Amino acid sequence: MKREEPEIYEYLRHKKKFPGVWCAGCGIGIVLGSIIRAIDHLHISKDDVAMISGIGCSGRMSVYVDFNTMHTTHGRALAFATGLKMARPGMHVLVVMGDGDALAIGGNHFIHAARRNIDLTAIVINNNIYGMTGGQYSPTTPQGALATTAPFRNIERPFSTCDLAMAAGASYVARSTVYHARELERLIERGMRKAGFAVIEAMSYCHTTFGKLNRTGSPVDMMRSLQENSVSLAAAAKLEDAEKKNKIIRGVLADHDLPEYTAEYAKIIEDAQAAAGSNVAAAQPERDARLASAQKRRVREEV
Amino acid sequence: MTVTLMQGNAACVEGALRAGCRFFGGYPITPSSEIAELLSRRLPVVGGRFIQMEDEIASLAAVIGASVGGLKAMTATSGPGFSLMQENLGYAAAAEIPCVIVDVQRGGPSTGLPTAPSQGDVMQARWGTHGDHPIIALCPTSVAETYTLTIEAFNLSEDYRTPVILLMDEVIGHMREAFDPDRYGDIEVVDRMTTDVPPEWYFPYDETRAVPPLVSFGEGFRYHITGLLHDQAGFPTYRQDEIEPWWQRVFAKINDNLDRIFMYDEDGIEDARTIVIAYGSTARSAVHAVQLARRRRYKVGLITLKTIWPFHEALIEELAAGAHRVIVPEMNLGQLALEIERVLGRAKVRRVNRVDGELIAPRQILEAIEVA
Ligand SMILES: Cc1ncc(C[n+]2csc(CCOP(=O)(O)OP(=O)(O)O)c2C)c(N)n1
Ligand code: SF4
Repeated sequence: MKREEPEIYEYLRHKKKFPGVWCAGCGIGIVLGSIIRAIDHLHISKDDVAMISGIGCSGRMSVYVDFNTMHTTHGRALAFATGLKMARPGMHVLVVMGDGDALAIGGNHFIHAARRNIDLTAIVINNNIYGMTGGQYSPTTPQGALATTAPFRNIERPFSTCDLAMAAGASYVARSTVYHARELERLIERGMRKAGFAVIEAMSYCHTTFGKLNRTGSPVDMMRSLQENSVSLAAAAKLEDAEKKNKIIRGVLADHDLPEYTAEYAKIIEDAQAAAGSNVAAAQPERDARLASAQKRRVREEV
Repeated sequence: MTVTLMQGNAACVEGALRAGCRFFGGYPITPSSEIAELLSRRLPVVGGRFIQMEDEIASLAAVIGASVGGLKAMTATSGPGFSLMQENLGYAAAAEIPCVIVDVQRGGPSTGLPTAPSQGDVMQARWGTHGDHPIIALCPTSVAETYTLTIEAFNLSEDYRTPVILLMDEVIGHMREAFDPDRYGDIEVVDRMTTDVPPEWYFPYDETRAVPPLVSFGEGFRYHITGLLHDQAGFPTYRQDEIEPWWQRVFAKINDNLDRIFMYDEDGIEDARTIVIAYGSTARSAVHAVQLARRRRYKVGLITLKTIWPFHEALIEELAAGAHRVIVPEMNLGQLALEIERVLGRAKVRRVNRVDGELIAPRQILEAIEVA
C-alpha cells in the first residue's frame, strides 16, 4: 500500500533554522525525515509532541523541528524527558541521542529509563563515534577501529545498544539503518505507539570523522556498507552464528506489554488520595487546568 | 493545624506544598532524606508526582523537565549530591527555568563528615557551576523560617525565572521546634506567569521584558529551550547583538530587584561599635553571643542574613558604615567572609570559623566581640 507523503515542511522550522549544522551527506538528516513521517502517520498534533535531545551532532536535531523542543545537557536528555513526561503524561515525548550521549555519559539514565519502562520514545543515532567533538571513540566504536583518541587502534569492546535496552527492561526495542529510511520510519511509528519505554537504534555513519580516519569512503560508500552489512531479523534467523556476528540485525527485537511508569504512578495518586479521603478536592484544580488548556487550544483552532 | 513539634526538613516539606510544589525528583542523602521521604507520601495526595531518580544529575534534570511541563518542582540533597547537580543548575540558570534546590549542608569536602553540620557550600552555591550566571540562595535560621523561606524560594524562582537554592544545614534540617503553620496563613504564593500573546508572538526570552513568562510545554506554543546562549525565541545564537541583551537582562532581573530578593534582620546596629553578620544555624549562636555581650555593656549589633546570594553590597556597606569591627562566624573556613571583606575591607572584618563538625558556640563569638 502506498503511504501518503507528508508535507515535511509543516514539521520543520525551515524558514528560520536552515541550513543546519550537519555536514553535507550526514545520516542524521535521514533519521529526522523518518521521525517526521512517523509522526505524520500518527496524526497527532504538533502541540502534543516534545522532542528532547542531548548534546552532540544528533542532539542538534531538536532545534529544527516545530514541536515543543528542549536541547538539554550531554547524556541527560532521558532524565529531563522523565520529568516532563511525569508532568505531562499525555504528551508524546521523543528523545534523540547520539551513541556517546545515550550509552557513555548517559548510560545510567538509559538503563534506568528502560527499567522504569516510562513511556518515552528513545532514538539512538549510532554512528560509532563522537561526531561533534571530532572523532573520539565511543562505547560503540568497533574494536580495532581508529579514532582520534585511539590513534593505534580501539582496544575497548563495544556494546550493543539494543541488547542493553532489552536487558534493562525496555518494552520495545528495534533497529534499522539510515539506508533503510522507510523501515526506520515504520519502526519509530511503532515505538511511538507503544505505551512504554521504546528504543529505536538508527545505525548511521560519520564520514567526516570515522570515515576519514578509517578510510571507509564517502557517504555513499558508508551507506552502501550499511545496506550490505545488515540483515532483517527474518533473514538473520537463517544464518549461522558466525555469519551473523558482524551483521547489523534490523527489525523489532523486543515488543512486550509491560506496566508503564506514568500509568502506574497515576494509580499511586488514586490510592494516596483515596487513603487521604481527599480525592475530589485535590484533583479538582488539576482537572480545571486541563480543561482550561484544552479550551484555549480549541479557541486557537477556531481563530 | 495546631502547634506541633516539627523538624526543619519537615517544615521545608510543608512550605513546599504550601507554595504549590507538585514535583520532586531526588536521590537519598543524609541529612536531607526526610524531605524526599515525606514528599513521596504527601505529593500524590495533592495530585503531585514524586520520583526517586538514579542520581542527583538526573534528579535536577527531571526537576527542570517537570517545571517545563508546568509543575512547580524541587529537589533536595546534601554536599556530594549538590556537586553532581552543578551542570544542570547552570542549565536552569541559562535557560531560565524556575526550580528549587534544597542543600542541607554537611561537612565536606567529598564524603566529608557525614553528617555533621557545615556551611561549606556557600561558595559552591554561588559559583559551583561554570560560567557567570545569576543565582539566588537563601539560608533559614529556624524551623519556622525554613517553612517561610521555602515558600519564598518558590516565589522568587517564579518571579525571576531562576533556580533558587535553599541552603540549610544539618542542624536546621534535623532540629525540632514548636511550629504552627497557621501563623503564616497570609504568606502570598506566586503562581507561574502566563502570557496573553498568541503563540506566533510569544518569545520565551523576550528582551523587552525583565522576566518574560515561561509557557509550559503542551500549551500550543512550540518553542525551543537550550543551554546554548540563545536569541529571544530560544534558538542558539553567536550574534553579539543577541547575546549582549541576554546577559544584560538575566543579570538585571536580579540586580534591579535586590531590595526584594535580599532578606535580612537587623538588631541594634544604629550605635553599634561591633556588628556580627551571621546566617543559618550559626546565627542562633550569634543571637545568644550578642545578648551576653550587651550584658557586659559592649555595643554590639547583629545582622542575620536570610539571603546570601545575591549579596547586597550597597546595603551591607551602609548598615556597617558606623561600625568599627564586623565579625563573621561561619561553619567553614571563611566563605561569606570573603564577600564581606571584599565589600567592607579586610581591616574591618574578623572571622570566626569552625570545621570540625561542631556548632560554633556563643562563647566563641563572644570572645571575638570582646577582643574586637
Ligand atoms: C558534560 C560534557 N562532557 C563533554 C561534552 C563534549 N561533547 C559534546 S558532544 C560529545 C559527544 C558526541 O558524541 P555522540 O553522543 O556520539 O553524538 P554525535 O555527535 O556523534 O551525534 C561530547 C563528548 C559536553 N558537551 N558535556
Ligand atoms: S561530524 Fe559526523 S555526525 Fe556530525 S554532522 Fe558531520 S558527518 Fe554527521
